[in-house]
Amino acid sequence: MPPESEAPAHLRVAILQTKPAKGEYQRNLLETAEAFSQVAAEVPELVVLPEGALTGYFLEGAVYDLALPASHFAHDLAQAWRGAGGDAVDLVAGFFENDGGTYYNSAIYLHVTRDEDRIVHLHRKMFLPTYGVFDEERFLSRGHKLGVFDTRFGRMALLVCEDAYHSIVSTVAAVKGARILIVPSASPGRGVENEGEGELESITRWRETLQMAAREHGVYVIYAGLTGFEGGKGMTGSSSVIDPRGRVLVQAPPTEACIVRADLDLREIDLARANLPLLGDLTAVLPYLLQDEELPLPRGRHDAADR
Amino acid sequence: MMLPIVEPPAPSPAPPGIDAALTTDWLVAFLRDELIARRGIPRAVIGLSGGVDSAVTAYLCVRALGAQNVRAIRMPYKTSHPSSLADAQLVIDALGIPSTTIDISPAVDGYLQFEPDADARRRGNVMARVRMVVLFDQSAKLVALPIGTGNKTERLLGYFTWHADDTPPVNPIGDLFKSQVWALARYLGVPHRLIEKAPTADLEADQTDEADLGISYARADAVLARLLLGYSDEQLAEHGFSADEIALVRRRVDATHWKRHLPTTAMLSNTAINEFYLRPVDY
Repeated sequence: MPPESEAPAHLRVAILQTKPAKGEYQRNLLETAEAFSQVAAEVPELVVLPEGALTGYFLEGAVYDLALPASHFAHDLAQAWRGAGGDAVDLVAGFFENDGGTYYNSAIYLHVTRDEDRIVHLHRKMFLPTYGVFDEERFLSRGHKLGVFDTRFGRMALLVCEDAYHSIVSTVAAVKGARILIVPSASPGRGVENEGEGELESITRWRETLQMAAREHGVYVIYAGLTGFEGGKGMTGSSSVIDPRGRVLVQAPPTEACIVRADLDLREIDLARANLPLLGDLTAVLPYLLQDEELPLPRGRHDAADR
Repeated sequence: MMLPIVEPPAPSPAPPGIDAALTTDWLVAFLRDELIARRGIPRAVIGLSGGVDSAVTAYLCVRALGAQNVRAIRMPYKTSHPSSLADAQLVIDALGIPSTTIDISPAVDGYLQFEPDADARRRGNVMARVRMVVLFDQSAKLVALPIGTGNKTERLLGYFTWHADDTPPVNPIGDLFKSQVWALARYLGVPHRLIEKAPTADLEADQTDEADLGISYARADAVLARLLLGYSDEQLAEHGFSADEIALVRRRVDATHWKRHLPTTAMLSNTAINEFYLRPVDY
């Protein structure tokens, strides 16, 4: 991987905001391949799909019918891209993973060329919402590691939905060197009480959370939101790209499948950090914060959780 | 020099508000998805009572499906107030939707003739259930989906006939309090008469919901919205509600949880449906 100074100045991103038919993986894969033809014409370098992009999100026990080994899902996605005639590209998508009978809500980062596909990184969702309308931990296991990984565009991290809702997660990713956070998500919309706002409260809250992360750490945030109604629960789409100064470059509508395009000027990351050097400050102080004996942190080795 | 004091407004007992334009767009998208995309049935039948809930539902369905695909069914009983039929007609005319009127009196009386001592409550329940028999049969005849019109307030207070008003498979307004339904009705242009008249189930002469419930919808909604957020009685009192109001609402909600569920089924296996065997409704 090139050092950051040699990373390209630009990154052409496309977000495919999918509206899958519940549980119909093969049909959704075909529709994704069709959409890829349109996406490929834009010659993007990175294409991002949401959480549960090819199955829908609220699966309950059907997750065991639909979960796939990561290599299987990677192959399907890469084939769909190649079938669409796309050039070399990096692909990110959320899917339900079957790892030998242990099930995860995962996101995968692939590098795909005409001849081969390679899994660059696999992230297993760490924060499984299990409250209110959510019931993930009833069916899925938690991931235990927040990995960062190097790409030709610089270091990145994948955060699946609620992972990004905790400021500590984006903080750790940034301190570990991530310059771009990719967030595949599925957020059921709620909150219509604020007259005149014109936007569901849950969409506003998501955007504000991501803007805070981007602004504090000087990172790009690429948010891919699932759309479509699932048994009355409307997924809020609103896929967006937020720059390292916290500005929303683009935000998709909530209820339509669509393609979001953005050209990321990667030089903005260093400029934003020079302008507001909070990440440098944090890196210096974070060890002291975490060594606080009053924090409920595990002490000593904990390799078992480091799967 | 005195410095100005800046503080948040005192808690008020206001009912929940609503962004009516946003809600309309969201519910239209919901109806299109449920009827057209998911079920492939682009037509709806709605029992139009002359009240604001079914009127709002009809307005939303027309926006989602087009007037020609929404059929109003008026189902008067012989004791129904004539104004109910007339108010439903205002909606039919305003929207330009096809309609059918079916007098349920012979069907209801066909059974009640054997139960002459049935009180008003039982008679009202029979009427509500017969209306669903009619609505579902009309839906089969017209290849259209019955649309529910129950609001969140009556669902929470248990103020409906179980497996009657709550039966239709799709309900756009079931997560809206009555106060929000009224606000939505004003935005959608529902005839003023329907918004301003006292809500009634019209199952008995001169019946009104608020007299039946013992509390106004505005107050009930305000209590309910806070109660669902987990407020204690003490907090509710600080928001300006009386002990009687709080007790009344809490008692009704607590006594009717069963009405918001499917029937209780004895569990005997590791594959009990909806206990172990869990599949989403849209799978």
